[in-house]
Amino acid sequence: MDFDFTEEQQLLEDSVSKFLEKNYTFEQRKSIVASRVGYSPTAWEGLANLGLLGLPVPQDRDGFGGGGIETMIVMEAFGRHLVVEPYLGTVVMAASCIATAGTFEQKQYLLPPILEGKMKFACAFTEDGGRYDLDHVATTAHMDDGQWVINGSKSVVMHGAVADLLIVSARTSGDVNDRNGISLFFVHPAEEGVSGREYPTYDGNRAAEIGFENVRISGDSLIGAADRGLPLIELIADRAIAALCAEAVGCMKVLNDTTLEYLKTRQQFGVPIGRFQALQHRMVEMVMQYEQAKSMALLAAVKVDDADPVERRKAVSAAKELIGRASRYISQQAIQLHGGMGMTDELNVGHYVKRLTSIDTLFGDADHHLDRFAQAESAQPLNVTAFERPRAKWRRI
Amino acid sequence: MDLNYTPEELAFRDEVRAFVRDKLPPQIARKVIEHKRLVKDDWVTWQKALHAQGWIAPGWPREYGGTGWTPVQRHIFEEECAAAGAPRVIAFGVDMVGPVIIAFGHPWQKERYLPRILSSEDWWCQGYSEPGSGSDLASLKTRAERKGDHYIVNGQKTWTTLAQYADMMFCLVRTSTEGKKQDGISFLLIDMKTPGITVRPIITLDGEHEVNEVWLENVEVPVENLVGEEGRGWTYAKFLLSHERTGIAGVSRSKRELAFLKHIAAEQTQRGRPLIENPRFRDKISRVEIDLMALEITVLRVLAADRHGRPPGPEASILKIKGTEIQQALTELMMEAVGPWALPHLPDSWGDHWLGERVGPEYAAPLAAQYLNFRKVSIYGGSNEIQRNIVSQMILGL
Repeated sequence: MDFDFTEEQQLLEDSVSKFLEKNYTFEQRKSIVASRVGYSPTAWEGLANLGLLGLPVPQDRDGFGGGGIETMIVMEAFGRHLVVEPYLGTVVMAASCIATAGTFEQKQYLLPPILEGKMKFACAFTEDGGRYDLDHVATTAHMDDGQWVINGSKSVVMHGAVADLLIVSARTSGDVNDRNGISLFFVHPAEEGVSGREYPTYDGNRAAEIGFENVRISGDSLIGAADRGLPLIELIADRAIAALCAEAVGCMKVLNDTTLEYLKTRQQFGVPIGRFQALQHRMVEMVMQYEQAKSMALLAAVKVDDADPVERRKAVSAAKELIGRASRYISQQAIQLHGGMGMTDELNVGHYVKRLTSIDTLFGDADHHLDRFAQAESAQPLNVTAFERPRAKWRRI
Repeated sequence: MDLNYTPEELAFRDEVRAFVRDKLPPQIARKVIEHKRLVKDDWVTWQKALHAQGWIAPGWPREYGGTGWTPVQRHIFEEECAAAGAPRVIAFGVDMVGPVIIAFGHPWQKERYLPRILSSEDWWCQGYSEPGSGSDLASLKTRAERKGDHYIVNGQKTWTTLAQYADMMFCLVRTSTEGKKQDGISFLLIDMKTPGITVRPIITLDGEHEVNEVWLENVEVPVENLVGEEGRGWTYAKFLLSHERTGIAGVSRSKRELAFLKHIAAEQTQRGRPLIENPRFRDKISRVEIDLMALEITVLRVLAADRHGRPPGPEASILKIKGTEIQQALTELMMEAVGPWALPHLPDSWGDHWLGERVGPEYAAPLAAQYLNFRKVSIYGGSNEIQRNIVSQMILGL
């Protein structure tokens, strides 16, 4: 048992932090959020230069060869800076999906442009009426004349409009809620029949509603095995959740530090308000919940690379549940302890609160994951041999 | 970063597991797991088995009888003991006064008391709290006046856990009323057989006799029983409180209780369905389980930081608060799980030699009393509010 970062991981942490301190200050972020595209092409290029766009890509494909811990390190830093880049969809999900389950050609053609920062991805899984269930797939795909034909629509696709390529879940057999019969496809957004509408989300990010009407894509656009896509979807969603947990920890850290500083400087009744025990004990509770959240983000980061999907699911859902609860507590108390100032747009507090609130919603909130956690043990282990298990290096870093 | 045990750690775990399997009497384990009443002999039997193996005081330096284990090994040891239902090693000797004597005691004190702590020859109790000094411990009034070779001790201690068994008491006494209240406190080792000591039971709301009042009337304590220097007792007391860190959260025991809770919730049925399938109850269990998973990692993170030489610090307060919250939640859920079977109150059935007729499932009988008893954990050892004050001042600088 060993809780230390390797020297390489320490370097990674240092370089991400330094990069963001220089390129992603609160003021810089404001203009990025307000820009036309809603992310920073310059920062994206910087991330490419640092090698971070190939974080989960194996080293023999020129990637960083990182696993859950490396993702955690990067995402925690992103959380501290409220990064709005399409990193989760492109790197944590798409790149790792391709590296895990892509064909030789898919890896060959798609990984290099991702690494170079020339190709961004969005994962279109969510549908109206499906809430957080990844197995709720009404969008269909069928074979016609050697091509796949997609019909349906996806909702609240994060960074959907800036994506150069979409990963879309579609039903190739069975009923809307069947666990079998789901497949994953690459779909070019410029393909005829794809329609979309972009909008801002309250946390400074962008999302899109995307429709597919008789969209014809080539036969080799399938990722992994047809009808057997759900285990792969769940795997990359779990990687995204573990990453979001780390991002939340970064957000909570800033909120706690900011609030503590405020308690020490804000004067009322002639003393710093941090002298009042009612506020002290609440601050202590915030710190305790942060430490517990950090522990769970760590557990999720380690277990997300576990070959056993039940082990993985239990840890990831437990983390998302606890972090959902902790985020809610810390967010609400951070505003409360800042008083009126906590309500302003000017202070960073509200912006962190908004991101923590949206993280709880992404890929299932605390209630959803409490349920998933409880069911994990009784769930039938899925057939996961459809894709290879992560390399040994991912487990012990 | 690796949460898996190394092959050496796994081998150690197997060694501990085999030892516990061979040496822990099953009837004692059964009592512990089923929350039945332990008697002195149960604790002593297990402590002697650990002593024979050289494992009674893992936290002590090797030259005094410690094991020299790594923090992870100590964690494994606690896990294995707790999972098998071993009684806790009574903390007052091994975990509390022992390290104080090692750090500050006179050579003769070490020579006399340490071996007797290790062998369980002496049962120690803790003379800290007084009727007027709870959370404000430093306000204690028990006086010790120097007369020749003796201190004459007068006063009253309270909440003294298991003093009815004790041979020795480590006691905070006031040797001076001048200056800061902390500066007038000294640390005495008192033989419980000394004339003038009276132990009176306090019956707690669960009907049990666990704590006591200890009255001291003109008790003559030899001067050589003073630990360290006169007036430095508060420093030693604080050292003692921050010394024991790994066990404070009680993670290993809580894991055993969680397993027991799940067992009960699977046994109890409503309309033919196990309680654990009731989403409302299952969610409560899951939430505690998740909190416990997080706490385990938090404890391990603190242990890892220790290994880098950071001295014991106020993080222990966080572990105490979270740990006791979880312990209380578990006892509460166990009582809830058995529903109406929590009501029958037949305390004799929790002890040895009960031949009477039971009411309801055997596991249900002690659960209400246990729930009530565990309200203590957020009060003792520095109440959770005091712990929050410590974190606020020592970690946050408020």
